[in-house]
Amino acid sequence: MSADVETGLPQARYSYGGDEFVFVELAEAMSLKVNFRAMAITNRLKEEGVEGVMDVCPSNASYMVRIDPDVLHPDTLISRLKEIDEEVGDVKGFELRTRVVDVPVMMEDPWTHEALMRFRDRHQDPEATDLEYSARINGYDSKDDFIAALLGSPWLITMIGFVPGLPWCYQLVPPEEQVEVPKYVRPRTFTPERAFGFGGGFAVVYSVQGAGGYQLYGLAPAPVLDVKQRLKDFEDSIVFPKPGDVWNYRGVDREEFDEIRASVEDGSFEYRKKDFTFRADRALEDPHAYNEEILGVLYGD
Amino acid sequence: MAIRVKSPGLLTTVQDTGRFGEYAIGMPPSGAMDVFSYQVGNYLVGNEDGSAGLEITYFGPELEFTESAVIAVTGAEMPPKINGEEAPTWETLSVEEGDVLSFDYLRNGARSYLAVAGGIDVPVFMHSRSTYTLIGLGGYEGRALQAGDELQLGDARNGDARNGDAQVGKKVDADAIPRYTKETELRVIIGLASYRLTQESMKEFLNVEWTVTPDADRVGYRYRGGELGFVEREQPAGAGSDPANVVDFGYPIGSIQVPGGVEPIVLMNDAVTGGGYATIGTVISADRDRLAQSKTNDKTRFRSIELEEALAARGDRRKTLAEIKDSLA
Repeated sequence: MSADVETGLPQARYSYGGDEFVFVELAEAMSLKVNFRAMAITNRLKEEGVEGVMDVCPSNASYMVRIDPDVLHPDTLISRLKEIDEEVGDVKGFELRTRVVDVPVMMEDPWTHEALMRFRDRHQDPEATDLEYSARINGYDSKDDFIAALLGSPWLITMIGFVPGLPWCYQLVPPEEQVEVPKYVRPRTFTPERAFGFGGGFAVVYSVQGAGGYQLYGLAPAPVLDVKQRLKDFEDSIVFPKPGDVWNYRGVDREEFDEIRASVEDGSFEYRKKDFTFRADRALEDPHAYNEEILGVLYGD
Repeated sequence: MAIRVKSPGLLTTVQDTGRFGEYAIGMPPSGAMDVFSYQVGNYLVGNEDGSAGLEITYFGPELEFTESAVIAVTGAEMPPKINGEEAPTWETLSVEEGDVLSFDYLRNGARSYLAVAGGIDVPVFMHSRSTYTLIGLGGYEGRALQAGDELQLGDARNGDARNGDAQVGKKVDADAIPRYTKETELRVIIGLASYRLTQESMKEFLNVEWTVTPDADRVGYRYRGGELGFVEREQPAGAGSDPANVVDFGYPIGSIQVPGGVEPIVLMNDAVTGGGYATIGTVISADRDRLAQSKTNDKTRFRSIELEEALAARGDRRKTLAEIKDSLA
């Protein structure tokens, strides 16, 4: 993808998704900065409340807008999006009023282990588990070091979708520390609900049971989708994650996993979360120090 | 109660125009796959636009009416029968208490629509009555109909067409009824991540006669018939190692992806809203009605068009529907 000489930013690709969608790929490669741009542009578009805009969907390194073309011509929207893109620029000073959330996850749980063992014939390395394989190809000496890296720094929700409520999470660490793994050679036909998985550069929590191709590492005791809206965190929406959320995956043992499951079952579970103003510059300039601060906000008193 | 399901058919679901405005949380619209046939059904029985009806796929159900009703069957050539006697499609019919509606075998097309005056009354979930079976929401208990289900009728009648009785005997002009064949041409706007396909592969995509595989449902249609290749590149950060992979992004309804290079998939009403496979273009909205009436082993060609032609086709379809509506009022 060509880069703009003056700003150094990659040139966005504007494209029609049939007559009802406009799709904008800001960059082919994922980075924190490009996701900040996608969020800044789509937030601005939502604030403007343009007539004929039906859905505004930020995604990892891109975004998509569904329109009613009888009301808003796709080219009219694209012109406006290009203006917003220039106004947003390289997102210097971009701030996001968001929240930081504690998300428990039990690594190497028996349920996802059972699932991944059923589908070894579809995996790159049938002799290893998904964690062992991922640790090795990312240069970690042991599976435990790899787990420590995943649980050691918080994540940004960069996209929601695939199925309702599924969050794509990108870790707030420098590019050289980003984990990257391939998806299964052939997708599984079964993934447990709430499985914690990883594919490409993204961690996910599967919101529902179903097919899936991401490497499987663990299981979250708390849901990300609650269609019946039983839990307090789902009062306003059947879906918990929001783009721009900052999540910290915290390892829990079987005992705590079972306690959380029981509180989900009796309807009393609530995520630990704090309001937070996320500063893009700080996440880009000194991520490790900023992550310490973020965790202080979440777990401090 | 108004309709008792004696047998459900292969896949019969409650659908309306769809659940819009929730794409950003990963919620596909669901709704009638062939919007044209579904809407004309509502016109025939005098319903408000957007009233829920039944979408009947491949093999029809057997439905007993427990009170008199005004109905219409549109869409596929799957002849309806009332108490065993063949009844016309694209025409408003009246049924009495105890009448049984069944269907003969499918001759052409894939989906029939049953409209009932008043609409099928199921709870509205996120501003729609459409069924989304993957999560089990909307429609009748979030699932396809089963034997023994009992459906209520609503009150979604237009103005003074109460009971829809005044509509009985009205029919759609023969020229306005779509003809379904075993060959379909679908117009697409090439774009999205089409830069990932080699030029030769894009040509092949547009030249090959594709065959609808058995994987053709409300989630999407898969095709076989050609083999497409991707431009070689060093995979960008976050995309994963397969050349078909991109950094996960949103999928428009109607978008086409080619995961392994050999099986293009057109995503439809119940599809995933995003993922990591390169998309190469999008079937225009006006042609998705016909796509929804194609079925396994039917042939399909994709033709590339520009946006203005897609918007014109959209306008033509809207005009045709408005004319049909006027003719039935």
